[in-house]
Amino acid sequence: MLKGKKVAILGDRDGIPGPAIEECVKSGGADVVFSTTECFV
Amino acid sequence: MDLENQARIKDLTDKYGKEDLIVVLGGAEAEASGLAAETVATGDPTFAGPLSGVSLGLKAYHMFELKNDVDADIYEAQIGMMEMVLNVEEIIEEVKTYRK
Amino acid sequence: MNYPVVKGAGYALIQANGMLIHHGTTQTSERRKNAEESEHLQKLPKHLRSFEDAVKYPPNQAYIGNITPDDLKNISRPWYENQIDDASRDGKYGEIMPEDEFLGLMKIVDIFDLVVLEEKFQAGVKAKLADHPILAGINKFDNMDKNSSTFDEIQKMVEGHLAVPLYFEGKLVGAVKKAHEFDEALSAHVMFENLVSKASAAYALKLLLAKTGLNTEEVDYIIECSEEACGDMNQRGGGNFAKAIGEICGCINATGSDTRSFCAGPAHAFVEAAALVQSGIYKNVVVLAGGCTAKLGMNSKEHVKKGMPALEDMLGAFAIHIAENDGVNPVIRTDAVGRHRIGSGASPQAVITAIVTDPLDGIGYKITDVGRYSPEMQNPEITEPAGAGDVPQANYKMIAALAVKRGEIARDDMAKAVASFGMPGFAPTQGHIPSGVPFIGHGRDMILAGKIDRAMIIGKGSLFLGRLTNLFDGVSFLIEKNSGTVDAGFDKEIVRQMIGEAMSDFAKTFNAQ
Repeated sequence: MLKGKKVAILGDRDGIPGPAIEECVKSGGADVVFSTTECFV
Repeated sequence: MDLENQARIKDLTDKYGKEDLIVVLGGAEAEASGLAAETVATGDPTFAGPLSGVSLGLKAYHMFELKNDVDADIYEAQIGMMEMVLNVEEIIEEVKTYRK
Repeated sequence: MNYPVVKGAGYALIQANGMLIHHGTTQTSERRKNAEESEHLQKLPKHLRSFEDAVKYPPNQAYIGNITPDDLKNISRPWYENQIDDASRDGKYGEIMPEDEFLGLMKIVDIFDLVVLEEKFQAGVKAKLADHPILAGINKFDNMDKNSSTFDEIQKMVEGHLAVPLYFEGKLVGAVKKAHEFDEALSAHVMFENLVSKASAAYALKLLLAKTGLNTEEVDYIIECSEEACGDMNQRGGGNFAKAIGEICGCINATGSDTRSFCAGPAHAFVEAAALVQSGIYKNVVVLAGGCTAKLGMNSKEHVKKGMPALEDMLGAFAIHIAENDGVNPVIRTDAVGRHRIGSGASPQAVITAIVTDPLDGIGYKITDVGRYSPEMQNPEITEPAGAGDVPQANYKMIAALAVKRGEIARDDMAKAVASFGMPGFAPTQGHIPSGVPFIGHGRDMILAGKIDRAMIIGKGSLFLGRLTNLFDGVSFLIEKNSGTVDAGFDKEIVRQMIGEAMSDFAKTFNAQ
């Protein structure tokens, strides 16, 4: 499902941070075009 | 969802189109993850950011939903522990509703 | 080894509704976008609580030490509906201050005549502060007799963008002027934030000195670890808050510096303080930080929407005394400092491994050997409605999950482990303020009373918000029961005496032969 897709990542500092998601979706063949981590505190 | 990030998602949609671009979320909690999924699908329900009243039609998935689409070892190393910490079912259930 | 000790803790809270409305970034952003039509800005004032309610709010009472974090477990939520009716603003470790007194304190700590207060307001606040048991004798108290202004003059300055406004109970009562004609690092907005930070940190230091008996002259070094920057356009973060704060509090023998790492700043500062004391460079170091106005009401949109009070109305501050080993107070185990390394990775398990289990492994401890963990102690009543969940609870679950992965506990025992080493969050969402530090006073007391043997203080920081790196940050340290023995180390005089005696014995034997 991720193969060939462009992916925008909205990570969460208190959930799963952007860079961790990045590692995963790249392994699934996606092209990460944006990655950020939000912080509510 | 952060206002600057709304603007970035909007620009990326213009560039890549809604068929090729998907959003992957890492939210800690169902409601906030759902809110982000809703914002990129049908617009910012809080009417605070650049996506207020803008229906991008993007599909958003929580990282937990993509477990079987990524390398199992990498998933285990990066995400595995959080399955024990966050409420996986509740988050997935909520995020899913905005893809219908 | 002679570890340094945690000798005392001072904590301060300031209720700041005027600053929440006029200077919190959620509100200033809203005002910039649509001041006229903003539903949030219209509704928000109805959600502000009184000073009395802020004092009676159980998490605030826990912050100043009148109740323990464990007591909070027995108070049902929402805590704002289950207030402590006989609560006092005066606490075991510190105090809660109303906004009018704090505006006066800002004027007192202002060396450059930037804080202007309206005449009558200034006189009223001066009278209140003159009766304050701790602040009455503060340096520069005579600022309260100087350059007051009229309402019209203040309004003119604010409208002319020469100053940012100060409000109390909805009324304009003063302003903070810009410190330079066009230097943005000295703009009214920056000076306001920095003076709030300075005043609140000075307040916490005064409380520490008063509550623990530490003498002002004994302080050798101050490390300030807030998240503000002071400087000018040539060196925007030049510093130094620490010395400015020490000056106001009369710490004439101290020098100091500022340490920054977003919310992880305080944990770094404690490691530095511990190292300075253990090495013998300084005997008494104070780690302190003042509050942050920008974060006031940060999640207030969600609070308003959910019909709650705007609970993010508190500025937080602390001052903690790190001293040489006295054989009594809990020690900082400087051989068990956790750090998130540049190469550690960003995944939650990599972070928790680096800051929790790596240091424990180093001294042969298990996760369950630590009586309490104090990660980011954000009040869940504030963060949950905003979608950030219960932050300390999530941290506890991560620590427990790692214990499961390491085979230290069974998966079914996760909840039990969380209940045993965890506690409810009780600190305001002030960034560096909740980051591990709020428990140091309580933890010290629990260790001294023999309730726990050790606690781990954890600071985490979102460095990526500064847009220079995608890295995260985290630092931890362990405080532990004092063994009771002080290592006297190498005493030259005793050695000299011993050599002398040996030589004399040798000479006697030699002569006898």
